Formats: sequence, C-alpha cells, structure tokens
Amino acid sequence: MMRIIGYCCERGPGEALDLAGEKGMRYSSDLTLIQVPCAGRVDEVHLLRAFRDGADAVLVIGCLEGNCHHVYGNLEARKRVDRAKRILDEVGLGSSRLEMFHVASNQPFRIVEMAKEMASRVESLGPNPMAVKE
Amino acid sequence: MIIGEQKRLDEIAGMLEGQRRILVAGCRSCVAICLAGGEKEVAVLAESLRLLSSLRGKGWEVEEATVERQCEKEWVAELRPRIEGKDCVLSLACGVGAQTVQAMYPKVRALPGLNTSNMGAPEEAGIFVEKCGGCGDCVLHLTGGICPIARCAKSLLNGPCGGSQGGKCEVSPDTPCAWEEICRSLESLGRLDLLEEPIPPKNWLSARDGGPRRIVNKEAVLSEEQKRLKGGKA
Repeated sequence: MMRIIGYCCERGPGEALDLAGEKGMRYSSDLTLIQVPCAGRVDEVHLLRAFRDGADAVLVIGCLEGNCHHVYGNLEARKRVDRAKRILDEVGLGSSRLEMFHVASNQPFRIVEMAKEMASRVESLGPNPMAVKE
Repeated sequence: MIIGEQKRLDEIAGMLEGQRRILVAGCRSCVAICLAGGEKEVAVLAESLRLLSSLRGKGWEVEEATVERQCEKEWVAELRPRIEGKDCVLSLACGVGAQTVQAMYPKVRALPGLNTSNMGAPEEAGIFVEKCGGCGDCVLHLTGGICPIARCAKSLLNGPCGGSQGGKCEVSPDTPCAWEEICRSLESLGRLDLLEEPIPPKNWLSARDGGPRRIVNKEAVLSEEQKRLKGGKA
C-alpha cells in the first residue's frame, strides 16, 4: 500500500472534497488528506517531515491562483513547494514525489485525478526508500 | 545589517561528515531578516539534514536552537545546555556568530552554515544589496548619503569612471552606477556644489588594510573590580 499525504486548503479544495463525497466520487485510500486553513499554512518543514515519516508522495492543494481567501497564501505555498522540491533533489529523494495543485470548489473530479496522478508517479518511482528500510 | 546566504546542502553535508550529534544554531538578528539563518531557516535546514541522514544512513542526531544575537556572549551563553554533548554546532549566524560560539565552546567544533557576504539592506522582498564598505572613515556627508566605497565597483571617490553607461555600472546591468546616484541625490538635496570639492586620497589604515580593527569605548570598559563584582559576566 502506498502512503500519499495531501495538505488540502479547507476553502476551495475542501469544498471540492465535500462535493466529491456528495457525488459519490472515489479516490484511493492510499491518499490521506490533511485539511489546513490555507495552503499558505504549509511550509517546507511539514513537507520534508512527511517524507521522513515515510510518505511515498506529498501533494499540496490550494485554491486557484487569484482565488485565495488570504490573498496570496496559495502563491506562497507554491514557492515553498518549489523550495522543498529543490531540497528533495539535493538529498536524492527526487522532486517529482512532491507536487502542488490548484483546485476550485466546483472541481471535485480534480481530487480524483490528483490522487491517480500521484499514485502513478509512485508506481514508476517506487516506494520511499526510508519507508522500505523500516 | 549583515547579509549572508546559506551554503549548499551538499557542502554542509560534507562538513558534517564524521559528526554525529549536531546542533543547528540560528540567530534572530540580521541573518533572520535576510532569510538565511533565522528560526525558520534553522528548522528547514535541520529537517533537510534529518532527511538526508535517514536516506544515506549518516546517523546524524540533529537538534535546533536559535538565539537573539549569536555575536554576543550573553545570548550565546543560553546555548550551553543545548551544546553540551554535541560533536559540533552548525552555525547559521554570520561569521561573527560562528566565531563567538567557537570562542565560548572551544571543545565543540563550530561549522559555518552560511557564507557571510556584506553589510547591506533589503532593497525589496528577497533582494539584499550591499550598502556599506565598513572603511572606518565615512564620507556619506560629501556624497549625498550614498557610499562610493561599497556601491561603486571601483570605490572611486571623485566621480564615475568611463564604464558608467545609462546610469548603470559596466560590471552588471543590474548594478546602478553609484556616482550617477550620488549626482542625482546631491541634485535633489540642492548640494551639487559638493562635487566641486575634491575628496582627498583616503587613509585606508582605518579599513581592513590596517589589520583587524578594534574599537575601545573607554567609558564602557569595566575595571577589574567591576568585572569581579559582576561575577565574570562582563
């Protein structure tokens, strides 16, 4: 079983998640979503820590650009994801295990697509080597 | 403020080779402002090192601590319980902070996590520019508040060189010509007359050319008796 962690803004993406549930859309149980008040609340430490704790992939889901309730939280989140990606490359884990997505409240299908996308990446990259060691 | 930037992770990892118990020590002053060595940067670097250690089996035990000013003994003293038992301190302060840690804890290696660059200021978010050359003989009153020592690539004292093109320095199109800026500033201050006065050759003995500098404020220096009364905390 894969372990994919998603930090999900409780506003646009959170509503998309609720809508996905109402519509009976399903995404893999490999994906654990953690709701945060804004994607801008997530920083590099949260992202790196998830990998150290064995996550095979991590995603951050923010509102569409220009739609952030906190004005630029989603843009800050993207910068932090980019910085964390650089660190993942430097330590040798690979930046493609981490991704930032932008989702609006009326895009529940995107949640399902993202889960598939990250699962497909883990399938081609293999599991997190640290999780294998455990 | 002092401007610095973090060394590359692989360079830091190279310095930590053979160490086990590591304290990443930050500073909440200048290097926090320039986003190189404050609490946030300490947390990110410490987590990166833990990740690297887990992946490559380095066996590092990484702790983190940040003090108010790593250049002052009083604040660095707070690190004592955190430093005890460590093999090294990876300092994310400027070179002054790293040296203060080394001087106070001579049995623990203090390693520099930053490259200390210059004395400058934030120009805009994320951009930090050198402003002062620390020459020890300030001429800002003659140059419209713009330092020709730090901001002119050639540290010229009496006008621009031939490399000044369209207000920019020939060294880089991102670098304004300091003398262009000096003229504009003096014009705005209504003191273009200052340009008529040649600035004489500078005495560089007050700069680094005179060796390491030491400033003594006699009134502030404690007598041996005062030091004793303060319990050696002076």
